[in-house]
Amino acid sequence: MNRLNEQNMKRRFALCAFLFLCFALPAQGGGFDAQRRQMVKEVLVDTAATASYSGSRALSPEVVAAMGKVERHRFVPATLAAVAYLNRPIPIGHGQTISQPFIVALMTELMKIKKGDRVLEIGTGSGYQAAVLAEIAGSVYTIEIIEPLGQEAGERLKSLGYRNVETRVGDGYYGWPQAAPFDAIMVTAAASHVPPPLLKQLKPGGRMVIPLGTQFMTQYLMLVEKQQDGTLTTRQILPVRFVPLTGGH
Amino acid sequence: MSRPPFIAIALLSACVLAYEVLLTRLFSIVLWHHFAYMIISAAMLGYGASGTLLTLLKEKIAAHFGAVYVSTAAALAVLMPAAFLLAQQVPFNPLELLWDNTQPVKLLAIYLLMMLPFFCGGLGIGLVMAQFGKQASRIYACDILGAGVGSLGVIGVLFLVPPPQVLAALTALALLAAAIAVVELKMRPKWLLELFIGLAVLAAVALPGIQVQPSPYKDLSQALNIAGARVIEERSSPLGQVTVVENTRVPLRHAPGMSLNATSEPPPQLGVYVDGDGPAALTKFDGKPAPLAYLDQLTSALPYHVLAAREQNAPRVLVLGAGAGSDVLQALYHRSAAIDAVELDRNISALVGQNFRGYAGNLYAQPGVQVYAAEARGFVNRSATRYDLIQVALLDSFGTASAGLYGLSENYLYTVEALQAYLSRLAPGGMFAVTRWLTLPPRDALKLFATAVTALERSGVANPSARLAMIRGWKTVTLLVKNSDFTAPEIAALREFSRAHSFDLAYYPGMHADEANRYNILSQPYFFDGATALLSPQRQDFIDQYKFYIEPATDDRPHFFRFFKWNAAAEIFSLREQGGMSLFDWSYPLLVATLVQALAASALLIIAPLALSRCRRTLPAAPVALYFLAIGFAFMFMEIAFIQKFVLFLSHPLYAVAVVLCAFLIFAALGSWMGGNWLAGHWQAENKVTLAVIALGALALLYLAILPHLFHALIHLPDATKIIISVALIAPLALCMGVPFPTGMMRLAGANEQSIPWAWAINGFASVVGAVLATLLAIHLGFAAVILLAVIIYGLACIALRKFVGSAAA
Repeated sequence: MNRLNEQNMKRRFALCAFLFLCFALPAQGGGFDAQRRQMVKEVLVDTAATASYSGSRALSPEVVAAMGKVERHRFVPATLAAVAYLNRPIPIGHGQTISQPFIVALMTELMKIKKGDRVLEIGTGSGYQAAVLAEIAGSVYTIEIIEPLGQEAGERLKSLGYRNVETRVGDGYYGWPQAAPFDAIMVTAAASHVPPPLLKQLKPGGRMVIPLGTQFMTQYLMLVEKQQDGTLTTRQILPVRFVPLTGGH
Repeated sequence: MSRPPFIAIALLSACVLAYEVLLTRLFSIVLWHHFAYMIISAAMLGYGASGTLLTLLKEKIAAHFGAVYVSTAAALAVLMPAAFLLAQQVPFNPLELLWDNTQPVKLLAIYLLMMLPFFCGGLGIGLVMAQFGKQASRIYACDILGAGVGSLGVIGVLFLVPPPQVLAALTALALLAAAIAVVELKMRPKWLLELFIGLAVLAAVALPGIQVQPSPYKDLSQALNIAGARVIEERSSPLGQVTVVENTRVPLRHAPGMSLNATSEPPPQLGVYVDGDGPAALTKFDGKPAPLAYLDQLTSALPYHVLAAREQNAPRVLVLGAGAGSDVLQALYHRSAAIDAVELDRNISALVGQNFRGYAGNLYAQPGVQVYAAEARGFVNRSATRYDLIQVALLDSFGTASAGLYGLSENYLYTVEALQAYLSRLAPGGMFAVTRWLTLPPRDALKLFATAVTALERSGVANPSARLAMIRGWKTVTLLVKNSDFTAPEIAALREFSRAHSFDLAYYPGMHADEANRYNILSQPYFFDGATALLSPQRQDFIDQYKFYIEPATDDRPHFFRFFKWNAAAEIFSLREQGGMSLFDWSYPLLVATLVQALAASALLIIAPLALSRCRRTLPAAPVALYFLAIGFAFMFMEIAFIQKFVLFLSHPLYAVAVVLCAFLIFAALGSWMGGNWLAGHWQAENKVTLAVIALGALALLYLAILPHLFHALIHLPDATKIIISVALIAPLALCMGVPFPTGMMRLAGANEQSIPWAWAINGFASVVGAVLATLLAIHLGFAAVILLAVIIYGLACIALRKFVGSAAA
């Protein structure tokens, strides 16, 4: 079993290294594609740097591929398209932002989505995270509470050809019972507590990721894992390589 | 030439000062902080730059005195609302300060816009002084009288009308000042009078509709974006703008950090926002306890379970910061026998007690519940009652707290002295509980823990470790501080409560390391490790080595939310793109950015024009420059430190800004007048200044020693009485501080006249920079150190004066 895991890990590292080289190659096409390659390169470096802190040793090839494929510049206001691939959060109007690419990648990684998984997202925003999830999962259900944002995101995802994403405008508190249970749930909308209905809609063995902080700074990520017996365990993950004591390792 | 426009001057001055205080209020609504230091600095910049302009263009302006003077009043009227409206259009977002290189430029734009009205005000007043030099003392009297009435009067007006209407009223008043000046200066054409009166009426009628737009990232803006949200009540006072939001489509469901084991959702609630921050939940209560079960699923319910363990089933509870009543409901749910709830803002308690009384289930009229409109510290000091539990409510919002938005704010609820006061009001075996938002790596929780340890030690407790307990959920931390050792049944109750709710034990007496970090797993048991380190003999080493500032907060350094440390700044800044942005406390870089822009703007607008003009040939001697620089800095250090110090006594930053500013203005002006008159006698300038500095030094030292005790004894008095006491305390100090400037000026007038413009400019420069620098120093060194520094700088000024008097005589 251990040997199998080891081999699996080696394969993942090899594939990651290959993808890394692809993205690290000097940009040929220029423009957004080149910027996106550079962004993924930075995300990979950041993930490697924070590996022991985030609990995620490396990004899976699926996440790397998704980050490299989704055209982030199409999910930000046209005036900010030029900075879309910088490793920073970007305002998308209505007092909302899309997270910085590194956090998007890390959150997606923590969800450990497999091909064919059913994923719920609360807080569609501009639809960027949903698009990243949709590159990996079988189906993505996403709910946005701010009407204009939700409508725009729905149209955008549709026009970009994401047929496995269902969008809805409304209250995400009760999840999406018709599509439940879910293999993974992401709650990017600020909430004072984790809605009990969402925990119910998480499959045994499922994972829920909640970023905590403000619009421009994610303070920590909460990972809720539902065990097979239905009990919950949570991990609070600092998405940065930082030890609070001087001289600490 | 006619007589000076005395009434117009008083009105103009009243407008300028009222505007200065009003801006503090407006900035609290638009952004997250009162920005008093920045506004004072912008005002000083305006005055300073107008002084420079006046120096350079005195002759040219003098020929058109009347027209220019009336124009400055009219321009002030236009610029007061215009500058604010334009500043609102600048898309400055402090949350993006470290992400976006253009944010400092936007901050500078706001600063310069804010400076403009003060530039006009300063120009108008300076112009009259220059024109009617012989009547300077009477003009000065009108100016100061107006300023005093303006800065204090605006507070009274803010009780009656909301800030946008006050802004409209000030605009109308400035236009009226222009009209009165037309009459006083007997200007023509006569239709000017009608024009200004007409415009004043127009402003009063049309401008109250000015929209104050809070940042889209404030909690209220976010809540109103949600479909179905509507504002159902709005109230305003100097303490804050209270907004009640209802949303029946998407209910509020405010239950901060509710246990993941909870299965029910909160009952219907209204969101209550103060200056756009929040929400505090006003919960629908039908008298039945079942829907309130969620209140037992929060970490803040812990003390009730611990009290129950010692068969204290009907505790007497004091809730500090009752807000919209959540903590009162929680106490009621846990069958408390008596609940005293303290809330400073009557507008908020009125929501529960009057406006939404039915919705809130007559909460404040329930048997045993008593609500007090008072400041928490004052109430605790005065109260003779002994409580089984004092709950310090969690009123600030998670977002603002986690973004470090309060880093510059004074908070006197979480200081060592405050905690000592709570301890002293506990019944035998009683405890106080403080709940804070969880931050990672821990900041608030450990600072609070360190503060509690110090408070227990200072209260004579030999072994604080036996009296502390702390638990953490996934979003909140609750600290218990008891006035006797925790007993075994109490500890058992604490452990059981934590287990049942999947909350983690962070510390209790006798806790083993393996009990920590079980439910909400962190990479390290930071909270347990931190708490045990803070109770060990290596406490100071731990505090020193910790990369956040967790030194206990005190009344002298009440910046509880300041976690910034210079020695970790470079590392944290370098990590901003690697997920480390939230480690940075944005308010601190903002303060530094403001200091840099204050330096640059004052050098550019006050000093540079002189350096490029004919004045460059009359550069002052070093002692002269040093003297005016020193007294500029020292004055601002003293003023800013006293504003911040009096926040505790006067209960609110706005009261402190208005009262302290007014007292310093009036009495420093009186001191200037006295200083000027003494010169006619046989006192030498240097002796006079030395005497004044010795007196102010002695007073400052005396205040440092007695103010904490005086505040402690008098804090419970009514606001009006406290304002009178504050003015009386500041008066003698300000009187002495008023002496050095005019004395130095007159000395220059006698011997070195060409240096006078430079003296004005250098002093103005020091005032602009000093206002911001004082805030920065207070955060690092404490108010006492800033006041002492001011005294030392005044001492240096004395030496410089003796040198320049000596050189002038030679």
